[in-house]
Amino acid sequence: MAEVSLELIGLQILTGLALGCIFVLVASGLTLIFGLLNVVNFAHGAFYAAGAYIGVFTFGYTGNFWISLVIVPAVMAVFGMLTERFLLRPLYGRDMSYPLLLTFGLGYVIVELIRIVFGIDGIPFSAPAALKGSMFLGDISFPRYRLFVMGFTAALLVGLWLFIEKTSFGLIVRAGARDAEIVKVLGIDTSKVWLLIFALGTAIAGIAGFLAAPMRGVIPEMGVTVLIEAFVITVIGGMGSLPGAVIAGLLMGVIVSITSYFAADFSNIVMFAIMAIVLLVRPQGLLGRRDSVR
Amino acid sequence: MTSMDIPTLAAPTLAQPRRQSEWGLWVERHRVLLVLAILAILPVALPYPALAINILIYGLFATGFNLLFGYTGLLSLGHAALFGAGAYGCGIAVAALGLPWFVAIAAGIALAIFVAAVIGGLAIRTKGVYFSMVTLALAQCLYFIFYQWTSVTGGESGLRGVAVTKIGVEPLRIDLLDPYQKYYFFLVFVAVALAAFSRILQSPFGSVIEGIRENENRARASGYSLDWMKWMSFVLSGAFCGLAGALNAIHLGIVSIETLFYTTSGTVVMTVLLGGMGTFFGPIVGAALFLSLEDITSNWTSHWQLIAGLIFIVCVRFFPKGVWGSALARFRS
Repeated sequence: MAEVSLELIGLQILTGLALGCIFVLVASGLTLIFGLLNVVNFAHGAFYAAGAYIGVFTFGYTGNFWISLVIVPAVMAVFGMLTERFLLRPLYGRDMSYPLLLTFGLGYVIVELIRIVFGIDGIPFSAPAALKGSMFLGDISFPRYRLFVMGFTAALLVGLWLFIEKTSFGLIVRAGARDAEIVKVLGIDTSKVWLLIFALGTAIAGIAGFLAAPMRGVIPEMGVTVLIEAFVITVIGGMGSLPGAVIAGLLMGVIVSITSYFAADFSNIVMFAIMAIVLLVRPQGLLGRRDSVR
Repeated sequence: MTSMDIPTLAAPTLAQPRRQSEWGLWVERHRVLLVLAILAILPVALPYPALAINILIYGLFATGFNLLFGYTGLLSLGHAALFGAGAYGCGIAVAALGLPWFVAIAAGIALAIFVAAVIGGLAIRTKGVYFSMVTLALAQCLYFIFYQWTSVTGGESGLRGVAVTKIGVEPLRIDLLDPYQKYYFFLVFVAVALAAFSRILQSPFGSVIEGIRENENRARASGYSLDWMKWMSFVLSGAFCGLAGALNAIHLGIVSIETLFYTTSGTVVMTVLLGGMGTFFGPIVGAALFLSLEDITSNWTSHWQLIAGLIFIVCVRFFPKGVWGSALARFRS
């Protein structure tokens, strides 16, 4: 590797940011659900895979990427609501490992159902025609689709932030994360809030899976890797912190992308090494609260 | 979030005061011998001995996992790393280094203890669900390392040539190609491990880890170093799981990379959950049920994972105490 041009590094960073956006979407859905429901959703990766498959299926059926981008979160939200209502709700108030284990099993079921319906091999899927090709940012040519992913994620996150910070429903959400008991005492039907937040989280996971499909491929097990990556990011970013998940997600995307170019053998391991260092130096994560650790 | 300080409700079977009949006490006192008596007739009772060998190995694996999950109250989702480390440690010692079988088993246990010390050391810095997330992530990290380290581990195609066929322990000669001889050879190791396990539970250390499970703050207030106790529990759990992994490597003659995959961790959690966490007999009952179910269903469907997932959901939702745990609760009341 005699010469490493600035362009190349720029391209790797931008590629990494697009990858980071997927991480951020998955991790923020996890964080949102955990912050409110106190549930670590181990089926989140399976929802991500389901989103990708539903997207690819509707795309094949309608031929329209944008319609698919609306249908995916809608269907996933319904999935999420059914899961929360019939599987998770009966477990509230019990130890946190029960919903964790239940969603772990649910993940098995969803992945196996995907295998039964769509087969065990991956499905090829490429970006829609309008988003294909490259565009120039300064001197660097950059794949249009990845720029779209970054723009879309940014818009989604701003929307999420406005929803949580500026709406009256968001106020209930924030209060619920602080102290669910008090919110309930104030006469608010928290079970509806929980239902909607879980649906929102699964919808975001579905969108993330669909957006990732042209970049990372579509296979039934695609959710496993991303779920673990999202866990690593929530640990690094800080337990239960949405801004932490965003920062750590983008950072890890860039680091993974650069490592996979310069030292491909270590690209799978670098995230875990960083997580290990964070756990040693700052166990609560970059922006985490102290009470999540010892 | 204040709700995180609420004492956990895990492993309800032993939380109730121990009011036991004489019969119950007798069972508890002779628990190791009872398990061994049942295991001794297992290969004859089951349709074929291969299933019995799997039950033996996975029963030991689940027992080791139960030390951490059922007794200490820490849900690790990374125990595939400990089982896999035992298997690879033993396998590499035989296949690449040509060491004798007893050295290989020791090497497997040693590697598993080392991996447990590292993963445990990092993971105990977090608590609750983050512990589960970190153990899962670190185990997956080991999976990637072994996946890519092809020159030593064989990578994707697995480690081949773990050939231990004949064992001479004077004056005995054991032929491991005969499944019955193999079973009883493994049973010796499992017997020693179960006796050690039972002894650990009776020791002061055993009481302390159960105290940690019931109430961390109270255990800390009693002057115990939680970190040290949790770490020790993790490492000891690693030794048992490593032995199970080493036996599995000898049993199969190959170590597949899937041994380290997260589904192996899922299997052991499910086994303990199905049998009954925090009980001595639970993991072995769970292993027998789980593997028999897998054996039966694999005759008519290739989608075992779907059924396993459903068992998982039904267990968590309706029988959190597991089969043995529920039976025990009914018997005691």
